[in-house]
Amino acid sequence: MNKLWIVCSYLIVWSCNSNSDSLHVIVTAEGKTIKIDSTNWPSSFQLGRPASPEEIKKIDIDVRPDGTGLPAGEGSAIAGKAIYLSKCVACHGTDTTSPEAKLLGPVLISTKPGKNKTIGNYWPYATTLFDYVRRAMPYNEPGSLTNEEVYQLTAFLLQANKVIGEKEVMNAKTLPMVVMPAQNRFIPDDRKGGPEVR
Amino acid sequence: MNNGKNSKMQMKGDKKEIDQDKGSKGKSISRRVLLGGAATAAVVLLKSSYGQVVQKAITQAELKISDPTKVQGPPPGVLGTRSKFETLVKKPSDTSSRTPLQDLFGTITPSDLHYERHHAGVPVIDPHSYSLTLHGMVKKPLVFSLADLKRFPSVTRIFFVECSGNYRGGKEEMTPQEICGLTSQSEWTGVMLSTLFREVGVKTTASWFLAEGSDAAVMSRSIPVSKGWEDAMIAYAQNGEAIRPEQGYPARLLLPGWEGNTSVKWLRRIELSDQPFMTREETAKYTEGVKDGKVRQFSFVMDARSIITYPAYPQQLQKGWMEIRGIAWSGRGKIYKVEVSTDGGKTWNDARLQDPVLDKAHTAFRYLWEWKGGAAELMSRAIDETGYMQPTMKQLIDARGKDMGGYHLNPVTSWLIERDGRVLFKAELTS
Repeated sequence: MNKLWIVCSYLIVWSCNSNSDSLHVIVTAEGKTIKIDSTNWPSSFQLGRPASPEEIKKIDIDVRPDGTGLPAGEGSAIAGKAIYLSKCVACHGTDTTSPEAKLLGPVLISTKPGKNKTIGNYWPYATTLFDYVRRAMPYNEPGSLTNEEVYQLTAFLLQANKVIGEKEVMNAKTLPMVVMPAQNRFIPDDRKGGPEVR
Repeated sequence: MNNGKNSKMQMKGDKKEIDQDKGSKGKSISRRVLLGGAATAAVVLLKSSYGQVVQKAITQAELKISDPTKVQGPPPGVLGTRSKFETLVKKPSDTSSRTPLQDLFGTITPSDLHYERHHAGVPVIDPHSYSLTLHGMVKKPLVFSLADLKRFPSVTRIFFVECSGNYRGGKEEMTPQEICGLTSQSEWTGVMLSTLFREVGVKTTASWFLAEGSDAAVMSRSIPVSKGWEDAMIAYAQNGEAIRPEQGYPARLLLPGWEGNTSVKWLRRIELSDQPFMTREETAKYTEGVKDGKVRQFSFVMDARSIITYPAYPQQLQKGWMEIRGIAWSGRGKIYKVEVSTDGGKTWNDARLQDPVLDKAHTAFRYLWEWKGGAAELMSRAIDETGYMQPTMKQLIDARGKDMGGYHLNPVTSWLIERDGRVLFKAELTS
């Protein structure tokens, strides 16, 4: 009987050990516990190569609401207007464009609430403008604008939507400070399954 | 076209036809070449499955073969073909292309009929120069080649992908494809993102990551890190072969059950962070109005939904027994039940679900019904394992208000059966 006990305890300890070896347990930043089965996995598969700071810098183009990622340079609305009128207006219209007009791109300039979601009445963060224009615009020549030109266009679009004044200069310091009129409208998803329709 | 002797013979025949054309009309490009290179004997008008009249070329060979038991068919080939009599097509608009749900059987979408939604066209990416970089709040920033991704432990899983803007209404003559064809299902194979997270050593303080594509929009979305650990996948294969270019070749992110836009295609970079990046697609787009002028953001999960795909517009019903068929799915888990009504929602009956019912997957349902000739209204509603029941459009408007916009609309859809057997969509407007 005693012998059997010892064997059993050994088995229990062994199985616990084996569990802790094969399960990679993660506690996420939100406090969620996630268990990943990694039975027989090495601590590293030794695949991939180190990413150098230089090569990361080349593709790390995002700009965050706190200004992380904004490059050197600056721009004003006056210079931005000239670029807008030559490279953007055909698809995005001006403040006098009819809301019913069929444009290739969304209307960007309006301070009034309405059917069109514009920078003035919808966009919650000013930094998003810089990030998006630099990565994806103009549609027919994406990624062709210089950082200066993107600052200028950003300043113009904010000024045309009456978010900033004509004289204000946009740069890595001033752009993250701009508070967008619609920012307080945004709330996180509140749907959670179950019988309630949300 | 098939390989082997037959195809050579066919090509010779084509050439002859073209030469004759050139001689008689003096044109360098013949109508036959424009119709796909086959020797056209006649052009006929056909009604396609979505009710449009299309021109279809019939070749001389097709006209001649009236009895297939009296003539040899083509030899084995290098690629399979669809029957010439099948006319399955996606329905494209400027920004997307829809799956012909009413023409499909079972729950796997043929890869060439998977819906498309992209923001700057389909990029051409050489798999040999492709790379995926993971950096930011990690211990070891790493660059993976496609070959690296394929060497990691792999996972194969069936689940649906759906665009969150997947509802159209407003007129009676609409097919399931037009109403909600921005959803498709595949068997995906790839490496779990958690495997890559473990490899680069994601820091415990990281709470969001940016997923960025290498299309001309360099499309990007912020995703909670917990989804990356739970069930996110970097997929390189779809239904047994490499992912199609339209679905993200050579590798994409897939977030089971979440709105399609977050499953970033042509994935080139993942950056770990402690805050969301607030990209254009998660602020100006893919956000929806709710009550009191508020805008709901990061609405990731696709709620439960179903649609009857047979009978549906533009079918013409004959009296008698039929199987009402459709698909149901939920981004929150398995489908628990589908109920079908044939009297406009007065009474509901349990539909049969096709096993196996998979997590976050299109699930086929069936209900046997006899149409005796009167007017009827067919409806289906899905209930998922969380107890959520697919709402009516009125319930959605009541919950979100009149300015709810077009994202995350999953209303019960009805088909009106007219006395003459026509099937019409009961077109409900969103406001």
